[in-house]
Amino acid sequence: MGYTKDQLLARLKELQIDFVCYDHPAVLTVEAQAKYVGHLGGALSKNLLLKDKKHRYYVVSALANTNIDLKVLSQRLGLGKGGLRMAAEEALQEILQVPLGCVTPLALINDSARDVSLLLDQGFKSQQSCYFHPLTNEVTLSISASSLDKFLISIGRQPSYVDLEANPAVGKDNPPDLASLAPSGVPTLPDKVENAVTSIPTGNDGLTVKKPTKLAGEAKSPAALQKEKLQKVQSSIDPLAEATNIEKLVKEIMDKTSTAFLNEITKDLNDPQIAPSVSDVVKRRVSSDLEHMMMSLKNAAYTQGFQAGFQATLRSSLQSISMQK
Amino acid sequence: MAEEPKNGDAVGSGVGGREAEEEQVVNPWEVTAKDGGKIDYDKLIEKFGCQRLEEPLVRRVERLTGRPAHVFLRRGVFFAHRDFNEILDVYERGEKFYLYTGRGPSSEALHFGHLVPFMFTKYLQDAFKVPLVIQLTDDEKCMWKNLTVEESKRLARENAKDIIACGFDITRTFIFSDFNYVGGAFYENMVKVAKCVTFNKVVGIFGFTNEDHIGKISFPPVQAVPSFPSSFPHLFSGKDNLRCLIPCAIDQDPYFRMTRDVAPRIGYQKPALIESSFFPALQGETGKMSASDPNSAIYVTDSSKDIKNKVNRYAFSGGQDSIENHRKYGANLEVDIPVKYLGFFLEDDAELDHIRKEYGAGRMLTGEVKKRLIEVLSELVERHQRARASVTDEMVDAFMAVRPLPHMFS
Repeated sequence: MGYTKDQLLARLKELQIDFVCYDHPAVLTVEAQAKYVGHLGGALSKNLLLKDKKHRYYVVSALANTNIDLKVLSQRLGLGKGGLRMAAEEALQEILQVPLGCVTPLALINDSARDVSLLLDQGFKSQQSCYFHPLTNEVTLSISASSLDKFLISIGRQPSYVDLEANPAVGKDNPPDLASLAPSGVPTLPDKVENAVTSIPTGNDGLTVKKPTKLAGEAKSPAALQKEKLQKVQSSIDPLAEATNIEKLVKEIMDKTSTAFLNEITKDLNDPQIAPSVSDVVKRRVSSDLEHMMMSLKNAAYTQGFQAGFQATLRSSLQSISMQK
Repeated sequence: MAEEPKNGDAVGSGVGGREAEEEQVVNPWEVTAKDGGKIDYDKLIEKFGCQRLEEPLVRRVERLTGRPAHVFLRRGVFFAHRDFNEILDVYERGEKFYLYTGRGPSSEALHFGHLVPFMFTKYLQDAFKVPLVIQLTDDEKCMWKNLTVEESKRLARENAKDIIACGFDITRTFIFSDFNYVGGAFYENMVKVAKCVTFNKVVGIFGFTNEDHIGKISFPPVQAVPSFPSSFPHLFSGKDNLRCLIPCAIDQDPYFRMTRDVAPRIGYQKPALIESSFFPALQGETGKMSASDPNSAIYVTDSSKDIKNKVNRYAFSGGQDSIENHRKYGANLEVDIPVKYLGFFLEDDAELDHIRKEYGAGRMLTGEVKKRLIEVLSELVERHQRARASVTDEMVDAFMAVRPLPHMFS
């Protein structure tokens, strides 16, 4: 089910990415790997698969001599002090579909890893070539950072380079600086719209509290995994709940109206700068009233449906009783 | 028993007992300040043993919900709590909780003071996207106000309409009246609670006496058990560990002190509380809001003309007696009612600060402040009346139907 090394290399070739491969006996550690390729001038990487308390996963890929403090990283991601720990061995197989000792950013080519967050050491950017495992421990792939970016973009990822050794203060006035890199659960269009809604200090990923992406932290059979994923996707996008989400609806209505309005008005205004702030004030005043009116609508519609359902059940019960006579 | 108030249980007996003149009296049936002055909230918090709701907690709520905190939180109207931080912990972990609030339907006319806890609860429901149960204690009013059963049931339904007009979401709200709902699992929990509270205890907490009828004495469990999810098997079956958050006015604290005491003994989670201060009467903090005096409060049925009249003629002003004195000394913001009311209902923080500053310095006159208040209140009342117009008996039936709420956590 997961990509093989050959499939990965074929894909790199398709993308016209330059790389070099070095074969060696299987290695489980950076030290062991260094014995075989450490002298070749490229930058060895150490790669961690981490998990947080909400069962979300992170691949942290860094230069071998970069210091990584999990406690600091956890805070910077907005997970609190002890929020990050090493993922279990089974997760390597289930999520990244690589063997032990083979964590690599290239594993994100697998669909099972689509919700895993990737953090890359900014140190890679200044290196001519970086060493990663191409889905197997028996080969080291030498590739430049920009080529890695090209690959990541081709699988729909935005490469995010981070100063992994930085230790900024995280507190009331300093929201976690890496919070945007924490996975946001099952990515669906409605969720993205909701994320764009707020203009309030977010800091935390607590914007939209979604169900934890329980991508089988424990060993489960692939069939059960598939079924679970399907159920999870279905329960996160509840169409009825989405359609009756008043806040979202009001926001969309107001956005459309104010955009249309602004477009018209700025044509005539001398100072086009006034228009957006005026529209903000109007939005605020109208939104609140609109929300209340929509809640009345929602409640009234539900009541009508409820009545109808009740009458329908009553009728069919009465009918079945009269038929029994 | 860390929940116990500091000076023993008795918080003054207002129910058919001696009046404690020296102390302020705060219990579900009576609120009186010391010497006809103002309620001392610091003393109250200390006496009851609850926590003050500090700034960091408000900021945390904003972070977790991704929106500005409700006016009442920002202005310290909801100022005390028990275990609210635990609820936030639970929520942050991705677990849910439910809300529980209620009303004793003693009169048909609701005024703004009555709406305060409901307005805040609606905000909590929208911000955290959690379900809500609303209890209408028609049995309590039948007993305490000596109403007939029919009348209290009728008032419960009428009040339900105004409550619904506050904007609760029917897909996450269950309203029930005691006369209709008590029974089944709810009653089982009532008995479990009742077994854990001695007669002495309930006398101590609520100030009952030997002359009070047994209906009153056995009422407290009715208000306690909605804090336990197992009381609502059609909603929360299988979720015995679901936490409960109760927004209420601080005079209801005794019920839930008792509940929190009993909960662990019957294997249930303690409910958390978030408590508000009292809404001042139009004539001032020392005045009493009473149903018999329509000028003591702004009612949801008032027209904008009524509001203008009431505010201009009866709202207690902290301004000076003459314009010269006012310009010289400024207004006394401590006792001024219009400014206090604006503190509750004027959303814009900057504007409120400006008014307080200018009025306090004497540059703004009472008339202007009252004018602004009239605007704000009229808007609110208009919105409420519009919503109220679309609340029918069928809608009340739907809100009160014992039905599942499949989207209550969405």
